[in-house]
Amino acid sequence: MMSATKAITRPRFSLASIVIAAGVGSLTVGMVVALWALVATVVGGMVTTLPLGQALLVGLVLGAVIGAFRAHRDTPVVIAIAAGLVVALVWLLVSGFRPLGLEAVEPVWGVAYAFIAMAVAGHLVRYGLRDFDLRRPRRDVIERVIVRLLRGFGFSFFAVIILFPFWYMLSSSLKGRAAMLRDPANLAIEFGLGVRGLLVGYREVLFTFDFLNFIGNSALVAFVTMVVTLVMAVLGAYAVTRLAFPGRTFLSRSILLIYMFPAIVLVIPLYAVFTQLGLRNTLPGLLIVYPATTIPVALYMLRSYFQTLPKDLEEAGLIDGCTRAQVIWRITLPLSMPAIASVGLYVFMIAWNEFLFAFMFLDNPAIFTLPRGMVMLDSQEVPRQYLMAGAMIITLPIMLLFFWFEKYLVGGLTAGGVKG
Amino acid sequence: MAVRRMTLEAREARLAYWMLAPTFAVILLIVLFPVLLNVWLSFKAVTLADLRAPVPVANERVMQQPEAAGDELVLRLTMRNGSQRITLFGVDWQKTLPAGLTLTSVEPRCAQDGRTVACAFGDWEGGYRETLELTFVADAAYLQAGSPDVREAPTDMRARAENVITNLVFTLDNYRRVFTGTDFWASLRITLVYTFFSSVGSILLGLFAAQLLNSSFRGQGLLRGLFLFPYVAPVIAVAFVWAFFLDPFSGTVNALGQRWDLLAGPVNFLGQRSIDLSFFGASFAFPLALATVVAFSSWNYFPFAFLFILARLQAVPVDMYEAADVDGAGPFAQFWFITLPNLAGILAVLFLLRFMFLINKFEDIFLLTGGAAGTKNLPVLIYDEAFARSDIGAGSAVAMVLFLVLLIFMVVYYRFAPENE
Repeated sequence: MMSATKAITRPRFSLASIVIAAGVGSLTVGMVVALWALVATVVGGMVTTLPLGQALLVGLVLGAVIGAFRAHRDTPVVIAIAAGLVVALVWLLVSGFRPLGLEAVEPVWGVAYAFIAMAVAGHLVRYGLRDFDLRRPRRDVIERVIVRLLRGFGFSFFAVIILFPFWYMLSSSLKGRAAMLRDPANLAIEFGLGVRGLLVGYREVLFTFDFLNFIGNSALVAFVTMVVTLVMAVLGAYAVTRLAFPGRTFLSRSILLIYMFPAIVLVIPLYAVFTQLGLRNTLPGLLIVYPATTIPVALYMLRSYFQTLPKDLEEAGLIDGCTRAQVIWRITLPLSMPAIASVGLYVFMIAWNEFLFAFMFLDNPAIFTLPRGMVMLDSQEVPRQYLMAGAMIITLPIMLLFFWFEKYLVGGLTAGGVKG
Repeated sequence: MAVRRMTLEAREARLAYWMLAPTFAVILLIVLFPVLLNVWLSFKAVTLADLRAPVPVANERVMQQPEAAGDELVLRLTMRNGSQRITLFGVDWQKTLPAGLTLTSVEPRCAQDGRTVACAFGDWEGGYRETLELTFVADAAYLQAGSPDVREAPTDMRARAENVITNLVFTLDNYRRVFTGTDFWASLRITLVYTFFSSVGSILLGLFAAQLLNSSFRGQGLLRGLFLFPYVAPVIAVAFVWAFFLDPFSGTVNALGQRWDLLAGPVNFLGQRSIDLSFFGASFAFPLALATVVAFSSWNYFPFAFLFILARLQAVPVDMYEAADVDGAGPFAQFWFITLPNLAGILAVLFLLRFMFLINKFEDIFLLTGGAAGTKNLPVLIYDEAFARSDIGAGSAVAMVLFLVLLIFMVVYYRFAPENE
């Protein structure tokens, strides 16, 4: 109420809001244009320059216009977007219809892109300033504007650093060597090649380089590791949380430390012993090592979960005459299915991704796991396309699995999960 | 009737030990025993080749073949100890001859018994070689059988060798070499720099990401899943991706950077030890490849920090912020005086955990640079010593040093980490 009555007495026009809006506009348009240029190049396959100076200048004007239309309330959406379109038109005229640094693209589309980008920028500037009283900005208002800018920057930044590598992987797995060398910045997918043409790398890697077999090996190793780890960890975690025995506290605290024992320190002695025992170049050898590296962390995660389960149910079961085994099987396990699923998935992921031991132990291509297969592929001077197809093949299953069970996994990871 | 009675506690403890037994066994065998073996190996002169037991080797050649009964057959044995360093004990050679051959050479170490000729050569030092000619007289039976090739007659050669791993010969040479060489000290410095900056980098990125996602909006779950991608993806896949898009000549980053006038020329991010940067006239050498590897690891592990920080942020009571709002504290002050103090504990634990993991991180650097251009950290040095240079002993010695450094952090963690964080 107070502020509403005050607002009426204040002047409609405010220099402060124009200055702030111009600053926000400048930075916003700069970010929009940079993002646009990046996406146009690496996804659209267009040739762009990065007219950052122009963009900052144009943004200054756009922001000032939007700021001028703010009085005691936010700029209307229509005005913000219209301002964006008008600024885009001016920019087009000044730059000789080569907006946003586009060099050779159909004029109609180039113009459309420019209008769309600036309309979005106009809307973003309005959005970034909404709900703020800018006429006599206090310090915290300025800070909040900066926070919004930072959020905008943050989301763009993380979008780029997370999506770009995976987009690169996908796109270059579908692209021949010649296309890659012609323009390394162009990561557009050439749908003109047809499905067969696009998937050439996958076909080669799967069939000629035997990745089909490696997928089977990796799946087998990861699955067996998961089952063995879960059985041992469930027993161990139950003992640590529910049974009293001398040394329990010490053990409970040491579990995680065992997990910290570095694989690189274990690899030399294990290599020596496994060579002498004839276990080195075998899948059983790998299957002895993997559970040992995952049991401590699985036990730790399950322990954290079991601690949250009420003991009463189990005690009731014991009083009713169940044996320990029955209690675990009928009460504890069903109750902890979510945790077991998440730990299982996590262990599967560690075993699927494991590189060091597979790399050191396996020499025989018939028993390679996928990471070992990737090293082999790399040593054979194959085109980059094949390597990226291989990378997709090893990444995709784990990503799909992960997205499927995302909710569980996140819970499991934070329940004390730690990966090297 | 004497029934062995156990108290309830004793039975419970026994059950607990049984349930933990498989875990104990596996950890003892695959984690603790190797660490002890590593200590052992670091005091021994062992090479990669020594891991396979050494064997005596003999090549046979027939120098003279009998034409008629009473002629001589001369068999030359070129023998050596298959190992250059390890002594072979009780080297025995024996051969079941075709019928009709009689040993005639005066060779005290060899004797014939029926159709079997056996030689006992005694002990051979490492690198021992000997050429021996054995002469036989052939009779009609041999010629009638069609003069079978003696080389193809069944032969057996055996010796005992000391297992270099189990013998009791120790040396300090591995440690002496490690500590006097320049490789180790450079590597130690690189390891600490890499570990520190990657830990800090991943925690800062994680903090930033957690701040972004610490408000509920539609699609938050999906975004959270997306933010975990770098962490979930197999490191071998993403390391190749980084190496490719950072390539100086056919990489996207260089192509875009030059087109947009951000880079003057192609930059070899992973292959160049240092570049000269100048800031306001002051120029200094910036360790480019090391910084790139740090960037990769920060990127790779920030989701880990992100998850923990997000979980902690969501546990900060909202009324603290509301109270701060009422008091007129801006968002920066709120971050500084409310968020950060609430996160201090988890940030410290995260740093410690990350540090312990990254100090022995092998894959990242090995796959990106192979340890070239000033990025050889201790794990890659261990690999280099033990497997590229085949010196298992030296590799173990470096591994021991790494383990001791890690042990310090483990003790710190054990003492200071809260029991349930």
